[in-house]
Amino acid sequence: MIRNISVQDVTANVAELCMEANYHLGNDVRSALQNAVEKEISPVGKGILQQLVTNADIASTEEMPICQDTGFTVIFLEIGQEVHLFGGDLYEAVDEGIRQGYMKGYLRKSIVNHPLERVNTGDNTPGVIHTKIVPGNQLKITVVPKGGGSENMSAVKMLKPSEGVNGVKKFILEQVATAGPNSCPPVIVGVGIGGTLEKVALLAKEALLRPVGEKNSIGDIAKLEEELLIDINKLGIGPQGFGGVTTALAVHIEIFPAHIASLPVAVNINCHASRHKTRFL
Amino acid sequence: MQKIFTPLNNKAVEQLKSGQQILLNGKLYTGRDAAHKKLMELIEKGEMLPFNLLGQVLYYVGPAPAKPGQVIGSAGPTTSGRMDSYTPELLSRGLKGTIGKGYRSAEVIKAGIEYKAVYFAAVGGAGALIAKCIKKSSVIAYPELGPEAIYELEVEDFPLIVVNDIYGGDLYTEGRNRYSSNKICN
Repeated sequence: MIRNISVQDVTANVAELCMEANYHLGNDVRSALQNAVEKEISPVGKGILQQLVTNADIASTEEMPICQDTGFTVIFLEIGQEVHLFGGDLYEAVDEGIRQGYMKGYLRKSIVNHPLERVNTGDNTPGVIHTKIVPGNQLKITVVPKGGGSENMSAVKMLKPSEGVNGVKKFILEQVATAGPNSCPPVIVGVGIGGTLEKVALLAKEALLRPVGEKNSIGDIAKLEEELLIDINKLGIGPQGFGGVTTALAVHIEIFPAHIASLPVAVNINCHASRHKTRFL
Repeated sequence: MQKIFTPLNNKAVEQLKSGQQILLNGKLYTGRDAAHKKLMELIEKGEMLPFNLLGQVLYYVGPAPAKPGQVIGSAGPTTSGRMDSYTPELLSRGLKGTIGKGYRSAEVIKAGIEYKAVYFAAVGGAGALIAKCIKKSSVIAYPELGPEAIYELEVEDFPLIVVNDIYGGDLYTEGRNRYSSNKICN
């Protein structure tokens, strides 16, 4: 059965999701921060983690942004193949939702119109919109505001297949070490392995959508996530880079088949304010 | 925790050591990428800056808009490294402190030692919490830059940690060395 969904509904929901994502930190991230308070051995680090929990609580209660950098608005749309969208252009409807959400929600507008001329667009548009056609008759909307500080510390590298798992681990560790305090640790490390240049970057971003600490369903990848988390937390960077054993809250890896000649790896780092909210229409 | 009051003089700066946690009080000025670029253009032309740098502290922040009744929206620090190319010049002209998050370049650290200025970190991403310490806020230059405009802020007990002091101390290196048990990337 074909379901009709108006793009005006998409606009209204995107607007609300932009506000919700920026005000209310997910319970998964909040719990991970709370657990880290108990485990952190650096007294300064412990204090910082406690401040981050308090900050998230103030933001939620007062409905103000967790972080002033309310991000590039990244939107994932999973469109059921039995959905008929009507009433206008879907992408324009999404951007209108961003426009309304960022204005009504007093969220910071951080997008410039041209990467070199750099004049603020004033409404945080355009968003970065990813669409996927899936079975079914639902529309799944996920809004992921992504801050510039942690995004700037992300990277893609095309490894040689012979570099194997050790090469992959070395690249990820080096990237987190280089980012140090800049990406607002404790971080969530999104990793993509396989595919092509653009596919691997998308995999790394999608990895950030998984609830914090939920493991990959593939056994050896779950093991790799665990090993990397231990290694990263041995770097000593700690909360905000002031030293400690909590540099990352989680490492999430997504994989995809690769070309016989290629081993692409992408690291997309998220700060502790790992924000994302989803709704089904 | 020790309270510090702006403007800062050499005597105040001499007492600060890396790793020390302090509460900052008084007036601050904000500035980030686009505002720095404009300040440097004024310096090159030999024109007056929108505020007197002497003894002042610059906070790298682009606040979220204030809701009705709020002084300011979320206001946590942004990554300082983007301002590195401008900072030594401002320190040579009397700026005594900068506040942000993340690494500074070797040039900025050297200029801090030479001109007696300190680099403080605020807690990145704690924008809602920090907004509570900001008692007054007004845009004093470049309103057209939106979140990148220069604001004059008045803060009460703004929690900061000294990262780079005037003696060459660097909390990011010291903190990491203290807790690192992985030498792969050191």
